[in-house]
Amino acid sequence: MSFSVTEPSTRQKWVAGILVVGYALITMLPLLWIVATGFKSSTDSIAYPPKILFEPTVEGYVNVFTTQTRLSNDMAEEPREDLPWYEQLVREKGNTIVGASRYSERFFNSVIIGFGSTFFAIVLGTAAAYAFSRFKVPLKDDLLFFILSTRMMPPIAVAIPIFLMFRNLGLNDTHAGMILLYTAINLSLAVWLINGFIDEIPIEYEEAALIDGYTRFQAFYKVVLPQAATGIASTAIFCLIFAWNEYALAVLLTSGTAQTAPPFIPTIIGVGGQDWPAVAAGATIFLVPVMVFTILLRKHLLRGITFGAVRK
Amino acid sequence: MAETVIDRAARATPPVMAKKVKGLSDRAIAWIFVAPTIFILLAINIFPLIWTIYLSFTNFRVNRPNNAIEWVGLRNYERILGDPDVWITMQATAHFLIWTIVCQVLIGFTLAYLINKKFRGNDLWTTIIVFPMMLSPAVVGNFWTFLYQPQIGLFNYIVGFVTGADPSSFSMIGEVSLAPWAIVIVDTWMWTPFVMLICLAGLRSIPDSIYEAAECDRASKWRQFWTITIPMILPFLMLAVLFRGIENFKMFDLVVQLTGGGPGNTTTLTSIDLKREAFEKWRTGYSSAYAVILFVTVFGLASIYVKALNKVKQR
Repeated sequence: MSFSVTEPSTRQKWVAGILVVGYALITMLPLLWIVATGFKSSTDSIAYPPKILFEPTVEGYVNVFTTQTRLSNDMAEEPREDLPWYEQLVREKGNTIVGASRYSERFFNSVIIGFGSTFFAIVLGTAAAYAFSRFKVPLKDDLLFFILSTRMMPPIAVAIPIFLMFRNLGLNDTHAGMILLYTAINLSLAVWLINGFIDEIPIEYEEAALIDGYTRFQAFYKVVLPQAATGIASTAIFCLIFAWNEYALAVLLTSGTAQTAPPFIPTIIGVGGQDWPAVAAGATIFLVPVMVFTILLRKHLLRGITFGAVRK
Repeated sequence: MAETVIDRAARATPPVMAKKVKGLSDRAIAWIFVAPTIFILLAINIFPLIWTIYLSFTNFRVNRPNNAIEWVGLRNYERILGDPDVWITMQATAHFLIWTIVCQVLIGFTLAYLINKKFRGNDLWTTIIVFPMMLSPAVVGNFWTFLYQPQIGLFNYIVGFVTGADPSSFSMIGEVSLAPWAIVIVDTWMWTPFVMLICLAGLRSIPDSIYEAAECDRASKWRQFWTITIPMILPFLMLAVLFRGIENFKMFDLVVQLTGGGPGNTTTLTSIDLKREAFEKWRTGYSSAYAVILFVTVFGLASIYVKALNKVKQR
């Protein structure tokens, strides 16, 4: 290795490494605590001092998923053999009934609305981004700025008229309505990011294709799309993560049928307050996909979260 | 890979795109491609915004749809700007904004500076640090109420363990003096990685040759830091502040789940206040005016700030 004045010394590297690792461990603590709480029994979860070592149980996961969340006291008293294993487990803990869990339904709503809105945002966004990148669109810069500015509005500010509009159109608390809404919000991100990715593809590729007798459409999907594929894929994951995590509009515009998981998880209530193992179990299941995506995305992370304003 | 047949063929052609191609004309394709996006944004963003502006001049209430919509002119705006409670909310928001930005910039920049020392495994730890930012603020906020429990919460236990205080003697989200700091801590935990990533991009964009030249001139490390690193990274820092500022001005989900605006009104940020007016008190006209004021404020401040940012960039 050649000598360089900018190369940090070994000692500097050690100090930096220890400090960063220390911060990372502290920052991980709440997340690890969520995962651990999901595997605790309800008594262990509220023990004092907080329990680091505990006997793991899937009680929380059972409680968050089963339709019959818990059995009532009188049902628990009479011995029964016909119950499935998860209800046996709940019964052994002597819990009482608090109503049906709708977690799986809400989770499924998150999947439908998340993937649906991502799909439309990506399809429409890619088309628009291509047009902005390759054609003379009148007022191009103004349109792009207008698209970006839609992100400055607090979601609550547009929630009132959207609430009124959706009510008139019969879209309140429907999957279609939420997909439409999140598509609109994700479109701005999709157009900006994909526009950046397409701008980086040399225009000469398409020209060569056009000379070979391709139509414009063919040149678009046979030459440009494959080149932009990784960029489009990472944009899609960003759109999905946004729709997945969105809370304000979901809580204001949905009440039942189309409600996603983020407004639902905090409402998981047990006997006497929140059932923390169940909340933690629900949260863990909900957070894991995003953590996996984060690992996949780390190269595009900065571009995605800043609308491409900073390129790494 | 660099010199493919396509490359050579491309260079042989003139740089202007061929005008005549088979199929639809370019103009038609441009329209077909852009129109749906513009249409959706008009329908879901601009139309509601115009509707909000219209409603802000009326005394309409969503929960009384049969009442005639009455035009009240600027009365809603006068009432909001003359309401001391609104100004208290604005102060709480400003307090929240200032402290989160200060904490996030200081910690985020330090982390980026350290990570830039290129120690082994820095990519792995960077990815781990970034996790909180990608999670759902509402879910995370809700779980932090558990961590903040006086008796059983991990946060109080650790603070008690480190400082020797009794963990059950204070409640981060239950006490007027502590609640604002409770939300600053969680927001900093969640969003410091964002500032860190931007700073890291900034640090990596500074060419080594500048430091080498400074070294030749025998500039001290300290001097190099203040005359090279800081000025070069300033535009990136300002961009991070802009993004965090806009996002935190809109802050809703995290704080609603964490404190719900309480205790009292100590953590009632503008978005939360707006939500109460619009969806609990159902004062639609009034809250529309509130929304317009907020939007104009963000938009105005952001525009002024972007001008300053561009000046720094040009230097």
